[in-house]
Amino acid sequence: MLAIGLTGAAIAFSTIVFQTLTNNRILTPSIIGLDSLYMLTQTAIIFLYGSDTLSITNKNVNFLLSIGMMKMFAFLLYHFLFRGEGRNLYFLLLIGLVFGTFFESISSFMQMLIDPNEFLIVQDRMFASFNNVQTELPLLSTAGISLSVLYFLRFARYLDVLALGKEHAVNLGVPYDYVVKRLLLIVVVFISISTALVGPITFLGLLVANVAYEFMKTFRHKPLITAAVLISIIALIGGQVLVERVFTFSTTLSVIVNFVGGVYFIYLLLKENKSW
Amino acid sequence: MVNVKHLFKKYGPQTVVEGVSVQVEPGKITTFIGPNGAGKSTLMSMVSRLITRDSGEVLVDNRDVAETSSKELAKKVSILKQSNYMNVRLTVKELVCFGRFPYSQGKLKEEDWKYVHDAIQYMELEDMQEKFLDQLSGGQRQRAFIAMVIAQDTDYILLDEPLNNLDMKHSVQIMKVLRQLVDDLGKTVVLVIHDINFASCYSDYIVAMKDGRIVKEGSTDEIINREVLRDIYELDMTIQHINHQKICVYF
Ligand SMILES: Nc1ncnc2c1ncn2[C@@H]1O[C@H](COP(=O)(O)OP(=O)(O)O)[C@@H](O)[C@H]1O
Ligand SMILES: [Mg+2]
Repeated sequence: MLAIGLTGAAIAFSTIVFQTLTNNRILTPSIIGLDSLYMLTQTAIIFLYGSDTLSITNKNVNFLLSIGMMKMFAFLLYHFLFRGEGRNLYFLLLIGLVFGTFFESISSFMQMLIDPNEFLIVQDRMFASFNNVQTELPLLSTAGISLSVLYFLRFARYLDVLALGKEHAVNLGVPYDYVVKRLLLIVVVFISISTALVGPITFLGLLVANVAYEFMKTFRHKPLITAAVLISIIALIGGQVLVERVFTFSTTLSVIVNFVGGVYFIYLLLKENKSW
Repeated sequence: MVNVKHLFKKYGPQTVVEGVSVQVEPGKITTFIGPNGAGKSTLMSMVSRLITRDSGEVLVDNRDVAETSSKELAKKVSILKQSNYMNVRLTVKELVCFGRFPYSQGKLKEEDWKYVHDAIQYMELEDMQEKFLDQLSGGQRQRAFIAMVIAQDTDYILLDEPLNNLDMKHSVQIMKVLRQLVDDLGKTVVLVIHDINFASCYSDYIVAMKDGRIVKEGSTDEIINREVLRDIYELDMTIQHINHQKICVYF
């Protein structure tokens, strides 16, 4: 339960913040390539050491390893791109996208070579699921997320202004580069924790963020983030109940999330909604 | 005073601003004129630290804008760009409230609200203050953005082609408001304007740019002159005195 709440909140929060930073309501933070890196890490471990290695059987080790890899990648991305002045955010996204695709290709390549039995285990990790989250993980994650939230509070007041776009934000006295870097860092922490916890599930963020925009009809981030976090947690719990009771574990949460999300987006497109 | 020294900006191989030095006198309206692509917008963006410069200096009241904290600068200099697309849906009043951000950091106090209401009144937007920006005409939207800048209450106000999209009545209204800001409140206004007659009737000082350089500058009286304008625009104009104002005829 704690894991569900944590993941839901982290994904909703980081998607809204990310969309505000990029001024784009159809992007998700997965574009930086963290999800793909997670998959690559999982595949590589099984490919290199087989499925019975310590890191696969011991969830804690696996968790830390995945987080470590994602952090390292994010740090490198950051380091190279943001050191020089004037590099822009979209350039970062582009590079992230390229790396993400690269990671995916390597993963598929390895999956091709893997023994079919082991591939089943990899496949299991490709889909988000709460079925086997262990209790120690949420504690560790809670600590990480709490610290990030505390850090975030220093920048919270800038979000509404950042939504106006870079030029207005700078004109209104937001120390733009400084704030954007810090907020991106927080997004990365949130995404890597939730991905390592349950697997790739950022599509959920896209879904709940857009439901929140539709629902709240405001530009203010306090109500937006609150609503998105609540919707996200409700959706996850609902989804999990479906998985357990209706499908009796014959499907995974991410299949349901992707299905519902897909249907919702088609609905949005058909409605030709104005962007909020 | 805004003091620009040897400012350069390159985009790829193209030098867009090439060693511009200029001083903007406080308490005046200074207008930049010149053909499209002359580098006026780029210059304005560098002065207001929206974009970085390649070399040179921009001093506002003797402090370099690159070294001033963004928040402090936002209380001194405001800029309104040529186009103002926004991704979020705001009402006029919400937009104008953002003008107070440098002071309030998002939590408006009574004094901030006073500035907001005054700015809305100044731009005659009371009737539509609850309307969303996307429900307004281009000109009304432009006035809402100018109201935001007025609420920001800075000593220096930079406006890049503020008369874009505006009909004659509202163009005149805006120029009169700017004149008031300068004459009554002691603000300093820097403009980019394409209509030479608006420049002639409302500005104190005119700077002409071409190909990234300043080709001519001087008091309005010196610049609104047949020979000078021919050099700048490569166009022959007749200049008529009407009601103590110089009007250029170039049709
Ligand atoms: N971000 C940019 N990237 C590349 N070229 C640019 C950019 N901004 C402006 N330019 C170029 O710089 C020149 C000057 O542009 P600008 O300052 O907008 O001129 P003006 O405002 O006087 O019409 C133009 O040739 C334009 O194409
Ligand atoms: Mg321009």
